[in-house]
Amino acid sequence: MSNDLSQDLSNDLRQQVENAIENKTPLCITAGGSKAFYGNNVDGQALDVSKHQGITEYQPSELVVTVRSGTLLSELEAELKANKQILAFEPPQHTANTTIGGAIACGLSGPRRMACGSARDFVLGCTIINGKAEQLRFGGQVMKNVAGYDASRLMVGAQGTLGLLLDVSLKVLPMSETEVTLQLKTELSTAIKHIQQWLKQGLPISASCYTNHTLNIRLSSTHSAVSTSVSTIKKLFDCDAIDNNFWLGIKNQNHDFFSENNLNNNQQLWRCSHQTNTPFYGVDEDNNQLIEWHGALRWVKSSEDLYSAADTHSGHACLYPINQGESFTDIFQPLAKPLMKIQQRMKLAFDPDNILNAGRLYTDA
Amino acid sequence: MTDKQSFIKQLSKILPSTQLLHEQEDLKPYECDALSAYTVIPLAVAIPETVEQIKAILAICYQENIPVVARGAGTGLSGGALPLENGLLLSLAKFNKIQSIDAQNFSAVVQPGVRNLAISEAASEHGLYYAPDPSSQIACSIGGNVAENAGGVHCLKYGLTVHNIIKLKVLTIEGEELTIGCDAFDSPGYDFLALMTGSEGMLAIILEITVKLLPIPAVAKVIMASFNDVAVAGQAVSDVIGEGIIPAGLELMDKAAIKAADDFVHAGYPHDAAAILLCEIDGSAEEVEDQLQLAEQILKKSGATKIQIAKDEAQRVQFWAGRKAAFPAVGRLSPDYYCMDGTIPRHQIANVLKRITDLSEEYGQTVVNVFHAGDGNLHPLILFDANNEGELERTEELGGKILDYCVEVGGTITGEHGVGIEKINQMCHQFNSNEITQFHAIKTAFDEKQLLNPGKNIPTLQRCAEFGAMHVHHGELPHPELERF
Repeated sequence: MSNDLSQDLSNDLRQQVENAIENKTPLCITAGGSKAFYGNNVDGQALDVSKHQGITEYQPSELVVTVRSGTLLSELEAELKANKQILAFEPPQHTANTTIGGAIACGLSGPRRMACGSARDFVLGCTIINGKAEQLRFGGQVMKNVAGYDASRLMVGAQGTLGLLLDVSLKVLPMSETEVTLQLKTELSTAIKHIQQWLKQGLPISASCYTNHTLNIRLSSTHSAVSTSVSTIKKLFDCDAIDNNFWLGIKNQNHDFFSENNLNNNQQLWRCSHQTNTPFYGVDEDNNQLIEWHGALRWVKSSEDLYSAADTHSGHACLYPINQGESFTDIFQPLAKPLMKIQQRMKLAFDPDNILNAGRLYTDA
Repeated sequence: MTDKQSFIKQLSKILPSTQLLHEQEDLKPYECDALSAYTVIPLAVAIPETVEQIKAILAICYQENIPVVARGAGTGLSGGALPLENGLLLSLAKFNKIQSIDAQNFSAVVQPGVRNLAISEAASEHGLYYAPDPSSQIACSIGGNVAENAGGVHCLKYGLTVHNIIKLKVLTIEGEELTIGCDAFDSPGYDFLALMTGSEGMLAIILEITVKLLPIPAVAKVIMASFNDVAVAGQAVSDVIGEGIIPAGLELMDKAAIKAADDFVHAGYPHDAAAILLCEIDGSAEEVEDQLQLAEQILKKSGATKIQIAKDEAQRVQFWAGRKAAFPAVGRLSPDYYCMDGTIPRHQIANVLKRITDLSEEYGQTVVNVFHAGDGNLHPLILFDANNEGELERTEELGGKILDYCVEVGGTITGEHGVGIEKINQMCHQFNSNEITQFHAIKTAFDEKQLLNPGKNIPTLQRCAEFGAMHVHHGELPHPELERF
C-alpha cells in the first residue's frame, strides 16, 4: 500500500551521506523538526529526510507495518485507524510535521506504555544508512527474530547518531473494542496502590495520569470487561467518566501542564523516569507534577537541576525544554564512565568519521 | 597464548579444585549444549560462585588471550554454549539465587543461573509471574534466556525476553562492570539492553538480571480446533489475528505431531485431524468470555471441523501438556531429530508448509511440524538416524533449505533458538557483507580482542565466501572483495 506522497529517496540520501564523508562535512539529520528541543544542537549541514515518504508494506492481519521514515505520524496513524489498529506505544505528535522516523529515533513513548510496551518494543526491523554510507537492513518484518545482534532496536533513541533511518517495520496492535476514561480525586500514594491492586485483579488499565490530586485512568478492552471494571472502581471512589480525548493532550504533550505559560520564574520542565512507587521529590506543590505510567514517569516543573535527585531514587532525569524556543546543552542524565566509553565506541562502530548528528545526545558522544 | 598447565595454575589460585575442571573425564559432560550433534572438549571449565572470582578469571583470560564461552543450564538448541578447544568454559550454574522480588514494582532481581520457571514459582505468592516460557523452562537458566532472547508459547501477547527485562549488570572482558538499563521503564544513552539480549554471550558476561513480572491473568481458557487440511489451519491463524484477537498462545501441530504427542502423554488430541490449533485466551473473566466466543466463530468460519473448549483447568493443562511434550514425543519416533526455528510472515504459513512437504519427499525424510503459529515461528522437526553415515549431513542440508526458504518469503533463520554455531552459514544468506561487517564492529566495541564466544552468531566474511549457498542480490556476487576458494 502506498499513499500519494509515496517517494523512495534512499539512493539520494545515501549519496548525500557519501558526499558528506568525502567532503568531511558533518550532517544534521532533520525531518519534521518537532523534537529539535530534545537534545543538543547539531553543528552540520542539514540532511532532510522528510520527503522520503510512504507506507511500503501493510497487511493488517500480520500486525506489521513497514514505513519510510519521512512519513507523517498523523498519516500513518490514520491508515492504521482505518484498519482498526494502532501504534500502541502512542508516540507524541508534537506538531503536524512530526514524522515516524523522528518518533522512532527519539524513542519517546506515550500513555499506553505501561500496558503495551515502549517504542523500541514495537520495532521489528529497520533499514539505515550508517556513517560509511552503507545501506543496511537489520531485524525483519516478523514477530520473532534473533538472527545477529539486535541493531534495529539500538536505533531507537539513538537520534540518528548511529545511522540515518530509512524505514522501520513496526508491530501494530488492534484497537480495543471500547475505552472509558474515569476521573477521581485521590492522593498519589493511594492512586499508585490502587492501580497496582487493580492490575492484579485483571482490570484492563491502558493509561493513568495523576496531577493536582486527580487521577485519570483509562480502561481498554471488550464492552463487558470495561463495564465490570468501571463498577469495581466506582465501588471505591466517586468518579466521573470524561472524554477519551484527554489522552491526546497527554500523548501529544499539549495538555495545559506542558505549556510554557505555566512555568513560573526559573522553573524548567523535567522528564523523570523511575520505579512506580518512588515518592514525590523535587517540588513541594502537587500542581508542579504530572505523573504517568502508574507512577513511573514524572513530568516535574523545577527550578533545581534534578539529575542527582533522580539518581538517588534509582531513576534518571532529562531536561525537557518543549515549547521554550531556546536550546540547552546535554539535557540527558550523564552516563556512568564505563558505559559512556562503550557508547563512544559504538558511535564509532557505526559512524567512524563522526558525520551523523555528532554530539546530539551528549557533547562527548 | 600461554600453555594449558600454566593457565590452570593461574586459575587454581582463584578457584578451589571443586570449581575448576581440567581432566578429560571431568570436561566430557561439558562438551556440548542441547545441540548434541556438535561436541568440543574445552581447555578447562570454571564454576565460580562469586563475582570477584569471575572478575579474576576474566582478567587472566584477557591477559593470556584465552577465549571464554559462558554457559547457563546448557539447554540451548543452537550450540551457543559449545566450548572452544582453546577456550575456557565459564559455567554460571552457581549463580542461582533470586535476590529479591519487588511485589510493588512488579520486578525481581535474579542471578543468571536461576531457572526460568523458578522465577514464576517464587513470584506466584504475590500473584505475579515471569512471562517468557520457553519449552525448556523447567531447566533453562534466565542468563541463557537473555543471551538467546528466548521466547515461548506466549510471545505474541507478552513478548520475548527483550520485552521482559529492565536492567542487567554485566562484566566486560576488560573487567568493567556495566549497569545496562535501570529500574525505570527507559534509560538514557543507547539501548544496550536490547543489544545485549540475544547477543549469545559475545558482548559481556551477565552477572545479574532485573526482570519484569506480570500479574497472573485471572482467567485463561484454551480452544482446540481440528482441521482436515493443515493449510486451512494455517490460514485460520491469520483470520483469528486479523479479527483483532491477540491470543495468549496460538499453536499449530500437524498430524504426525498430534499422534506423537498424544501417544506420549494422552492429551486427548483427535488422531483423525490433519492439524490442530491450540488457541489460548487470557485476561479478566469478561474479556476471556467475549474473545473466546469470537475466536470460536472465526475458527468455525475458517474451516475448523471440530472445536473443543477445555471444560476445566485440568483439561486445559492436559491440552497444553501435549504441546509442551511435543519434542520429547517426537524423540520417541526416531533415534534423532533436528529442530529448526525459522520465522515467517503468518500469511506464508500454508505456502511454507507445502515447501517443507516437498523437501521432505525429495530427501525421503519425515518432517514433523510444531509451530508457534501466532508468531509465525516454525519448529519443523526432521527425523534422522545419526548412526547412518551421511544422514546428519543430509538432514542439515534439508534444514538449511527450509531456512533459506523462510528468508526468501520475508522471514528469518531463527526466531528464538539463536544462531550459535548451528545456523552460522545461513547468516550469510540473510545478511550481506556490509551488514555482517557492521555486526563485527558492534562486537569489537565491547570486545576488541574477540575473546567472548568467538566464532558463534556472526560468521566471518571468509566463511560466507566459502559457504556455497549465499544469496545473489540483483545479480551481484556476494562479498566480491574476497577471493573464491
